Amino acid sequence: MNWKRLWVMFVSRNREFFRDKSAFGWNFLFPFFIIVGFGVIFGDDTREFYKIGVFPLKSGKVSVVSLDIPTGIKKMKYMEFIGFPDQEKGMELLKHHRIDLLLEAGSKSPSYWVSSTSPRGYVAEQLIKAALSPESGAIRINKKQIEGIEIKYIDWLFPGILSMNMMFSALWGVGYVIVRYRKNGVLKRLKATPLTAIEYLSAQMLSRIFILMFSLVIVWIGCHMIFNFRMEGSYATAFIIFFLGGCSLTAMGLLVASRGTSEEFTSGILNFITWPMMFLSEVWFSLEGAPDWVKTMAKFFPLTHINNGVRKVMNDGATMGDVSLEIMILGGLTVFCLLLGARLFSWNR
Amino acid sequence: MSGILEVQNLVKKYGDLVAVDNISFSIPEGICFGLLGPNGAGKTSALEAIENIIKPTSGQILYKGKLRDSGFNEEIGIQFQETAVLSFLTVRETLEVFHKMYRKPVDLGKVIETCHLGEILGQYNDRISGGQKQRLMLALAIINDPVLIFLDEPSTGMDPQNRRNLWEIIKTIKKNGKTIILTTHYMEEASYLCDDIAIMEQGRIIAAGSPSGLIRQHARHVTVVLPAGSIRNSLKRDSYAIYEMDNFIEIQTDDINSCIQDLVDSHVDLAEMTVRSPNLEDVFIHLTGRRLRE
Repeated sequence: MNWKRLWVMFVSRNREFFRDKSAFGWNFLFPFFIIVGFGVIFGDDTREFYKIGVFPLKSGKVSVVSLDIPTGIKKMKYMEFIGFPDQEKGMELLKHHRIDLLLEAGSKSPSYWVSSTSPRGYVAEQLIKAALSPESGAIRINKKQIEGIEIKYIDWLFPGILSMNMMFSALWGVGYVIVRYRKNGVLKRLKATPLTAIEYLSAQMLSRIFILMFSLVIVWIGCHMIFNFRMEGSYATAFIIFFLGGCSLTAMGLLVASRGTSEEFTSGILNFITWPMMFLSEVWFSLEGAPDWVKTMAKFFPLTHINNGVRKVMNDGATMGDVSLEIMILGGLTVFCLLLGARLFSWNR
Repeated sequence: MSGILEVQNLVKKYGDLVAVDNISFSIPEGICFGLLGPNGAGKTSALEAIENIIKPTSGQILYKGKLRDSGFNEEIGIQFQETAVLSFLTVRETLEVFHKMYRKPVDLGKVIETCHLGEILGQYNDRISGGQKQRLMLALAIINDPVLIFLDEPSTGMDPQNRRNLWEIIKTIKKNGKTIILTTHYMEEASYLCDDIAIMEQGRIIAAGSPSGLIRQHARHVTVVLPAGSIRNSLKRDSYAIYEMDNFIEIQTDDINSCIQDLVDSHVDLAEMTVRSPNLEDVFIHLTGRRLRE
C-alpha cells in the first residue's frame, strides 16, 4: 500500500465532489428539506387525522365553532371539517376516499355516510359513535400518561432520514461513479500507472466516508437548530454508528461496482438494493406487526442496524455496550463487502 | 539481437473472434516502432495486451528479456486511443495527480514545456480542445520519464496543423532516447515517425521492416495521377495497372518515361498530371488489394 498514491486519489475525489456544485448542493439540501418538510407536517400537535365532510355548507374547510352539528362531535380532536353545498358533492369525494365520512348538518338527528371499504372511515365512524354515546360503564378502563419524556415523531424519524441519505450517497456516489469511470476509460488510464486496486478502492471509500460524515454533521447542526432534537445518549456513540454505517454502505457500493460497464444495469441494481432497504429498514415507519419474513429480511440490511443503533442512542440513551451488536454487524459487513469487492474488482471490463 | 521488448506468439481472442492471431516481433531500444493497419486490424488489442491492460489469450511478452513484473508500470507511459481523466480537475491538477503516482517522475515544468501546455494549465481538463487534450494525454504518458512509450492512434481526429505539432513533439521525445511503439492507420504518420513498422491485417502481421525497405520490396512502381475521364482508348491499357477512382485515375508503372511517352502519344492532356513516389499505402494495396482506410 502506497499512502502517497492513496492520498492523491482521496484528494482528487474530494475535489471532484466539492466542485460539482449540483451534486454537492443536492447532498446537503435533500436531507435538510426532507427533515424540515416532515417536521412541518408532523411537528404540529394540532394535526388533523380524519377528514369529515359536512353539508349543506359553503365549499372548503370550515371552522368547527360555526357548525350546526352535535356538540360531542364538535369537541373531538384531530378532526378536520370540510364543507359541501349538497350531499351529492360530498358523496362523490367519499366514494374516492378523499374524505373519511360525510355528515349532515342542521338536523337534530343527523345522518352520516361512510364507505364500507375504508379503514379510516370505519375508525372515524367509531370515534363519532363513541363521542355521541353516554359512557356505558360496562368495562372501566383507566387512562395513564406515558412516564418520562415522550419521543416526538420527528425525533424518531431524524436518524432514519440521515441514514437514508447516507445510503443513497454511499451507493450511488461510489457504485455508479466507479462504473461510469470504467465505461469512459478513467479506470483504464489509472491502471496504466502503478496505482493498485486496493489503493484506488480505499481512496474511494475514505473519500466517500469523509463526504458522508461531513454532510452528516452539517445537516445535523442545521436541523438541530430548527427542531432542537433530543439526544439522550452520547454524540460520540451515535457518530461511531453512523461512521460504521457509512463504511458498510460504501463497501456495499464498491462491491456493486466491482465489475461491469453498463450504467443502466448498475442503476437497476442500485435501485433494487436501495428501495427495499429504504422501506424495510424502518426509515419511515416501524415494522412492528409486519410478517416475520419481512423482519428477518430487514436484518440483512445495514440501514436497519444503523437506524436501530442510532435510535437507541438518541431516543433511549443507549451506551456503546448496548449497541455493540449493531456495531459488530456493521463492522463485519464492511470488511466482507470490501474484501469481496477488491477481489472481484476489474479496471476495464 | 534481443530488443527492449519481445512479443512471442501473442494471441488475443474475444469469444470466437480472433483479434490478434499469433504475432511475434522484437523492438530494439531507442526506435519508434509502428503497428500500421486499418481499423479493426487488431492493433489496439495487440498494444493493450503488451501494455498489460488486457490479458492475452496466449503468448509471451518479455520486457528487457524478462517477463513483466510489478515495476513494469513505473517504466512505461501510455497514451490510449480513447480515455478520460478525473473530472473537475484543471490541467495542472491533472498533471500533478499523475506526477505523484510515480516514484521517479520527470520535472513537471519540462513536461509542460515539451507538450506545450503552459497556456491551458488553469483550465478544466474537459474544457480544452481535442488537440490540447491529446497533448495532455501525451504529457501524462511521459510524466514518469518512461523507458517505453505506447501511443495508440495518437493523432486520430486532429486537424492537419495539430497533427504536425504532435508529430514534432513525438520526434522530440524520441530524440531523448525513448523507445516508442505507436499504432496508426495514417501512412504519413508511420512514414514520418517510425523506424520500423509491422503491417497488420485481420489480427496478423503481413509485412514488417523499415518503411523504405517495405516500399522497395513491395511497391517499386511510380504512380501517375490524372483527372477522371482524361485517358483515351488509344492508351495501351494492358501495359499498366490502372485504378479508376471517383475524381481521378491512378496509373502505376515501373517505367515512368515510357508511361509519359505513351500518354503523350495517346494525346492525353497532361496539364493536371501529378506523379508521386510509392508510399506505405501502395505497400498495403499491394499486399491486401485494398486501401488502408476502406
